[in-house]
Amino acid sequence: MTTIIENKKLEKIQQVVDEDNASKISVKEMDVWYGSFHAIKEVTIKIKPNTITAFIGPSGCGKSTFLRLFNRMNDYIESFHFDGKVKIDGKNIYGKKINIDELRKKVGMVFQKPNPFPKSIFENVAYGLRIQGIKDKKLILERVENSLKQVALWDEVKDDLKKSALALSGGQQQRLCIARTLAVEPSVILMDEPTSALDPISTASIEDLIFKLKEKYTIIIVTHNMQQASRISDYTAFFYMGNLVEYNKTEILFTKPEKKRTENYISGKFG
Amino acid sequence: MNNSQKNKLIDTSFKTIGLLFTYFGIAILAILLYKIVHAGYTRINWEFLTSLPSRKPEKAGIYTAIIGTLDLMVLTIIIAIPIGVGAGIYLEEYTKKTKLSLLLEINIANLAGVPSIIYGLLGLGIFVRFFNLGESILSGALTLSLLILPIIIVATREAIKAVPSSLKEASFALGASKWQTIQKVILPSSFGGILTGIILAMSRAIGETAPLIVVGAMAYVPFIPHSLFDSFSVLPMQIFTWTTRPQAGFAIAASAAIIILLILTFAMNGIAVYFRNRWQNKLGK
Repeated sequence: MTTIIENKKLEKIQQVVDEDNASKISVKEMDVWYGSFHAIKEVTIKIKPNTITAFIGPSGCGKSTFLRLFNRMNDYIESFHFDGKVKIDGKNIYGKKINIDELRKKVGMVFQKPNPFPKSIFENVAYGLRIQGIKDKKLILERVENSLKQVALWDEVKDDLKKSALALSGGQQQRLCIARTLAVEPSVILMDEPTSALDPISTASIEDLIFKLKEKYTIIIVTHNMQQASRISDYTAFFYMGNLVEYNKTEILFTKPEKKRTENYISGKFG
Repeated sequence: MNNSQKNKLIDTSFKTIGLLFTYFGIAILAILLYKIVHAGYTRINWEFLTSLPSRKPEKAGIYTAIIGTLDLMVLTIIIAIPIGVGAGIYLEEYTKKTKLSLLLEINIANLAGVPSIIYGLLGLGIFVRFFNLGESILSGALTLSLLILPIIIVATREAIKAVPSSLKEASFALGASKWQTIQKVILPSSFGGILTGIILAMSRAIGETAPLIVVGAMAYVPFIPHSLFDSFSVLPMQIFTWTTRPQAGFAIAASAAIIILLILTFAMNGIAVYFRNRWQNKLGK
């Protein structure tokens, strides 16, 4: 009798370990403060590889702060401090041996407002390669072309690679910023409301793109747009006042939410 | 008279007064320029530019003064730019916001307003006497560098501040280090602003007389400087000396030299405006 229970226990432990290994990103009991403001409260979450996870929640709920933990962009805020663990591919990214520049080559980021450099289209995409010290012109050319093809921008700009990136439209600029991120070949892409500054048509094309990118990358997207979250994501996490209220498969979270608060938010009763 | 009529009257009168004041300034400048050009233009020719100073006003030229000014400017640029731009980058990008850095910030801004004669005395004490560089062109350049450093530092910081933080974030997010970000994103985007500051600082330096008198600029130098330790003269110094002479001929020569100095200053300001506009167009503002 006891051995059966023991075995079951062991099985359960094994299951947990397997899950841990299978997850691309795992966060354990994370707390974040800005000065005395408690921005993230004991959040634990696991994110599977090659999935799209959406973070939703009202403004100021901590979803952007949480996203920025994964590539350590919060480090520049002087009052930022934290307690907890973030593991990507099993490695604690806040460990002492971690090289932040290396981490950011693996974890790319796309921002809310398109932010191309005031350089040519080509140089924008090549930027990440150049800072790695890559000099091989053929390789750079190849990667730039590939990246621009992945975001379906190549045909539009292939004759204007030397033109300033600032001459592109907003939607094109955002696709260029995604191409710029892809060129360094990350495995995780963080997106902080990537379509909130774009018109509906550009938004649709970016959404298609994100959906395709999931084959090769693990994507986390912060969005204010509930339809967007339900359209493109596999998993959705709902944040409220620094707490992770609910985290589940997207279709379940949007159809049968467990918590009253989630239901109220997705049905538009508050937020 | 009701309220809106009253407001309208106040509005119109303020506009008129403002207009008058603006034209007053421009008119004074125009009169000044006219008088100087009228008095001096006859003396401006190749001989005037290439002659040594002389006791006879009709023979005197500004060769040593103009070469001295150019040499001094080049030396000052070489000394002041790396220090000023470097300090600006450091203060803006590397220091944390502490009380000490705040104090430093306020003091640098204050230094830009210290009277130039004070810098002259500082230069005399430190460069001429303590470092024993003598009353040389090097002492003069070091003193002028001190004088314009605050201007360059403040201009550099303002130009860097104007670079959108979204660009810095983009660079960091792609794995760039701080120095790579400064080199490849921040400096190219702020180049125009920094250059404008440098040129404005130079056009301040080119007209300075007081600090150079103190560190030993000569009124009469019969040769152009060949080494860093030679004595030197500069245009404002030459002008100052000539205006104190009783002969009428020297007054004409002084006017001619003023025209040359004004041309140099306006040219530098023109270049500054040109680069500022080009830089703003590039950023797409």
